[in-house]
Parts: sequence; structure tokens; C-alpha cells
Amino acid sequence: MQYLVLIYSEDSPNPTPPTPEQMQGWFDYTQALKDAGVYVAGEALQPVVTATTIRGMGKDAVMTDGPFAETKETLGGFYMIECADADEALKWAGLCPGAQYGSIELRPVVRFS
Amino acid sequence: MASLIRVFGDWQVAEDALMDATEKALVRWPKDGTPDDPIAWLLTTARRAGIDRIRRANTRVRTADAVGLDLTLRAEERQDAPVQQDDDTLRLVFTCCHPALSRDAQVALTLRTIGGLTAEEIARAFLVPTATMAQRLVRARRKIHGAGIPFRIPEGDERAGRMNAVLRVIYLIFNEGYASTQGDSYVRHELCDEALRLCEVLCTLVPDSESHGLWSLMQFHHARSSSRTGADGEPILLADQDRSLWDATAIAQAHTRLMTVLPLGPAGPYVLQACIAGCHCDAASFQHTDWRQISGLYLALLRLQPTPVIRMNYAVAVAFDQGWQSGLSILDGLHAELATSHTFHTARSQLLERLGRTNDAITAVQTALECVGESAEQRWLHKRLLTLTSATA
Repeated sequence: MQYLVLIYSEDSPNPTPPTPEQMQGWFDYTQALKDAGVYVAGEALQPVVTATTIRGMGKDAVMTDGPFAETKETLGGFYMIECADADEALKWAGLCPGAQYGSIELRPVVRFS
Repeated sequence: MASLIRVFGDWQVAEDALMDATEKALVRWPKDGTPDDPIAWLLTTARRAGIDRIRRANTRVRTADAVGLDLTLRAEERQDAPVQQDDDTLRLVFTCCHPALSRDAQVALTLRTIGGLTAEEIARAFLVPTATMAQRLVRARRKIHGAGIPFRIPEGDERAGRMNAVLRVIYLIFNEGYASTQGDSYVRHELCDEALRLCEVLCTLVPDSESHGLWSLMQFHHARSSSRTGADGEPILLADQDRSLWDATAIAQAHTRLMTVLPLGPAGPYVLQACIAGCHCDAASFQHTDWRQISGLYLALLRLQPTPVIRMNYAVAVAFDQGWQSGLSILDGLHAELATSHTFHTARSQLLERLGRTNDAITAVQTALECVGESAEQRWLHKRLLTLTSATA
């Protein structure tokens, strides 16, 4: 099964750049996912001020500046991992460095075939 | 039910299949006679019914059928595997108590699936509408299926943590029946029996000291249950309980069980709590309670679980062992953490009263009343307030 590891943290208008140690934590985590063969994809996102929300399709599309919902914690990045079951996915989600700064949401991916 | 879930890997299919098989049995058995092994008959019939259901579902819905098809194959392939009833039950226990499920869902699923209670019975025990409970069960099953929560026995480092979750769920079920005085008392009594039965199953499957410890703890509590409330359901304090009502056989059973696990190694939280409950059960009267041993046991428990509630109980034991003031000093350090606990304010009021500080005791009872809802405890606190105020008048 594929799982999306969603990394949420408090959004700040002037984010402090991560320290080299913090960056190393992320590099190590990514490498560990790859070594275990569970890594599918992973990206960090620009701060939430860059978000645009779209409602409606095609000519009905209405764009709004900002995220879908105003919340304290915003989506900062994600990993896509391939695991045998929820126990394995939960184990990896629990090792994600993002859990120190905010929270991790784990969502199974629907497979259409 | 457990073996069917293992076969089909899906709760809804397993439940529907068992229903189909039961319906068939109701038609066939009176006509053809009851089979030699009714359970085996039911299992085989349910397996066939389940596979039929999956096939029918597949021809009807072609989209998203990969899961279904895979299930059919897996079901057929597993059909020949011997049914390991015990391991299946244990797998099911761990799945029901999976940490990715909410606590309410864990309790409801365990009672429904392991305990075999109906959604209606569980709803009645937890004082929620049947529809709410049914919805909770449906959501929990959907989550198990959708999130890929496995149907397996955890191993290694994971196992201890997951065992704790299972024990906690069983103890929650027991306490729901034991601690609360709301609702139908018959149903609540059933919950205690059910928790003991579930724990007995667990003891057979995982005979470690903590499962036996929990069983003994609940058995000690249960042995005293008939003396805990008066005719109108009002709580009776341990000090005022009629000890002749305590079930001596149950107490002896709990002691025997506890004795067999004590030598197995350092005592865990449930074993320690069982020892404390055992001390209370052994005292011929409240005055004869071995408070020194009890406060020592609480101290050991505090090292494992440094929670404010355990510290509060420790304080009460210290008060009886070393003096009211020593206990009160410990209690007073817990104000911030237990400000909204009526038990805490009640305990404080009792120590204050014994110290002769009646006005402070009255204030403490008033604070306790602010923390408690409509209940037998509330009526009891009102009575206590009256006694204290008339003492000062």
C-alpha cells in the first residue's frame, strides 16, 4: 500500500532557515526511507503565503489568494512511501523529523486499477 | 468470527457471511438434524457464503474490484489452512486495540467483536444512542480496511506497547461498568463480567504477569462490588463498607493468581495495583489496613507511572500511615493538575476535617460539587456538606 506522510507545522511569516543539524535530520530520514526501499517521492513546499485556492473548473474557476483553510498548522511538505501495512507506515511516520516541530498526518493512497 | 476475518481480510464480508451461514443453519438444522460439529459446519458454510458474496460484488461493481478479486484468491488459498482459533482471536484483539483507532472505537470494537455484544447492548452500556454506536463501529471498520491496519500479532519491541493498549482497553471496559454509578446497573455489572472474561481469554493467549495482574486487580474490585453502593445507589466509602459482603472466594482466587506471577520478575503497573487492592481486601477492618505497605506500593507505582492521580492516592495512604498533615502536604502540591477533579477535592476535605479545619473542609466540598455532574456522587457530597455545616453551627 502507498501512504502519504503529510508534514504539518506552524506557519510563520518570517521562517528561520533550518540549522545544518536540522537539515541533516531530513537528509538522514530521506536516506533511511530509500535504504529501506519504502521511498516513492518526497518534496518540501514553499510557505503557505504562496498558496492559491481554486474552486470551480475551467471557465468557472475562481481563484483566491491563500490556503484552502486558515489554520495554525499548514502543510509544509510530504513523503510518499510504499509499505506493507499501517504498522510499517506508522513506524516510518513516527520517525519523521517534522514530528518535532508540528504534526504528521498519515493518509493511505487509493489505488485505481 | 475471528477465523472468518482472517480468511477474508475484511470485517464486513466476514460478518455478512456468518449471518448467511446462521440463516442457513436455522433452515437446515431442524430439517436435517444438527451436524456433529456445528461450529465447523458454520465455518465452512460461512466461508462459502463469503466467497459467493465477494464474487457477486465483483460482477456487479467492476471498478475498484482489484481488492475484491485479490480477496477471493486469498480466501480460496487460505481455505485449506487449519483454523487456529487462538491465534486468530489474539490477532483480532490486537487489531481491535490498534493505536491508530480512537479509544472509543477500540472499546466498542473489542466488545462487539471479541465480546460478541450487539451494537445496541454496547450503546446501552455507554449511554449513547444505538445509531451512534453503530456508526462508530462502521467507521472503525472502514478505517481498519482503508488505512491498511493489519490483522496480525505484533512482535519484538512493538509488542509490549501494543499489549499495554490491549490491557488498557479491557480495564476501561471494566471501569465503565465499575466506577460509574450512572445508567442501568444490570448492564454495568455485565460490563465488569465481560472485562473479566476478556482478560481471562488474554491470560490464556498471553500468559505474562501483567495480564494476570490485571485479572487479579479486576477480580479484587469485583469481589467488593456489592458493598460499594447503598440501597439508593449512593457510594459507600471503603471505610464504611460491610466487609462481610465481600466475596471471599473471588478474593482468594485473585490472591492465588497474583502469587503465581509475582516471582516472574519486577512487578508492572497492573500487578502493583492488584497488590494494593489485595491489601485492602485482606484487612479485617478499615482500621486494620496495612497503610505502610500500601503507601510503599504506591511509591513503586509512582516510579513507573508518575501521574497526579497516583500521587493523590499515595498521599491518602501516607495520611493514614504517617499522619493527616503529611498526606495533606502532598495533596496540596497537586492543586494545579487536579483542580477539576472532584475526587481530589473530596480527599482534601476529608483530611482537612480530620485536622479540625472544618471551614476549609466545607470549601473543599463546595469546590468538589462544582466539578461533579448530576450523579450519586453529587447527592453524597451534598449530604456531606450538610453534616459539616451542622458541625460548625
